[in-house]
Amino acid sequence: VPVQYIVLKRSPLIPEMATQEVQLNETLAHLKTESETLKTKLEEERAKLHDVELHQVAEKVEALGQFVMKTRRTLKGHGNKVLCMDWCKDKRRIVSSSQDGKVIVWDAFTTNKEHAVTMPCTWVMACAYAPSGCAVACGGLDNKCSVYPLSLDKNENLAAKKKSVAMHTNYLSACSFTNSDMQILTSSGDGTCALWDVESGQLLQSFHGHAADVLCLDLAPSETGNTFVSGGCDKKANVWDMRSGQCIQSFETHESDINSVRYYPSGDAFASGSDDATCRLYDLRADREVAIYSKESIIFGVSSVDFSLSGRLLFGGYNDYTINVWDVLKGTRVSILFGHENRVSTLRVSPDGTAFCTGSWDHTLRIWA
Amino acid sequence: MNMSTTNNIAQARKLVEQLRIEAGIERIKVIILVIYFVSKAAADLMSYCEQHARSDPLLVGVPTSENPFKDKKPCIIL
Repeated sequence: VPVQYIVLKRSPLIPEMATQEVQLNETLAHLKTESETLKTKLEEERAKLHDVELHQVAEKVEALGQFVMKTRRTLKGHGNKVLCMDWCKDKRRIVSSSQDGKVIVWDAFTTNKEHAVTMPCTWVMACAYAPSGCAVACGGLDNKCSVYPLSLDKNENLAAKKKSVAMHTNYLSACSFTNSDMQILTSSGDGTCALWDVESGQLLQSFHGHAADVLCLDLAPSETGNTFVSGGCDKKANVWDMRSGQCIQSFETHESDINSVRYYPSGDAFASGSDDATCRLYDLRADREVAIYSKESIIFGVSSVDFSLSGRLLFGGYNDYTINVWDVLKGTRVSILFGHENRVSTLRVSPDGTAFCTGSWDHTLRIWA
Repeated sequence: MNMSTTNNIAQARKLVEQLRIEAGIERIKVIILVIYFVSKAAADLMSYCEQHARSDPLLVGVPTSENPFKDKKPCIIL
């Protein structure tokens, strides 16, 4: 890790600032060197004590039985590829977005469409439900993230109340509200992530560090504090501190674009899905990859991943139209689900864990349980 | 003091703050690395799974009557 020095124009009026800066730079350099030395020593100790891998520790865990999961609902209505979806906290409503520019809000129990908005752009790659359930956010090739308040009056034109919040210099790849309807986190093809105030549209913090398009993001579970993880075309998964804008951890073991990242429910780890046809698990405290979910027979990329409520199962949507279900601890595949007639592009488990929803290039969404 | 001096001071303060934060993060990383082996991290992940397994509907399976998506009633067209 190269040591970075920040050069400050030294003003004769603020000599104490200059001294502080020099001291801090030196401390930082020492700490980084110490950190690297310790990392090397730790790897040596791990090897000596035969520090074991996750699946070895999990050998004593009971194996999972057969899973019977089927499509319970099919949501039809989009005119083109479904690109993204999100659950409402009420565990029954879903928002989805499509290549045809349409954003639809569904009642997943009844499959009825409750709202529909036509965006001024095609390829709406990102959509998210507000925590209150009263609004949705979406964006894509328009380089923006816009918020639409949802009206109880079905006849009202939602597009009229649209609020433009985020502005990037390339496509919007993902968006997510934070704990409230007041802030939105975005990721973009311009290589950055950003935090925005919804009311004013003001940029609150920007996150620089990816060397290429950022494709996905996920916020840490609220108990674990103000961090989020992002994945990009640079094969890196970065963990960020939301207040300072700093990248606090970075992982680079995937061999291709990272399309999806999702926190483990405890917040101590996260999973990723990549075009290299693997899903991986990274533990934040051990600061390394601890599991890889792959099979020689799986050669198509993973578009999206999510955990079951306990974190024992990892669901992956793949470009070969299937869903693979993995035992997170043992590293084995427990089920493969068929149904979609084209790539699975998006996958989310419902807030109470009773089902998961997938969206596909076959224009439909499916609810599985 | 003129505008440009005031701006320089503000900038200097911001950069010093940034350096403090970076140094703090590096310290914490060093402490955490010393404590955590993969085996410990793995044990923690396993323990979490075990604690929450019973309340994971997709893992244990819930009866048809309890999962709203599994109900067999026909769709209501409103």
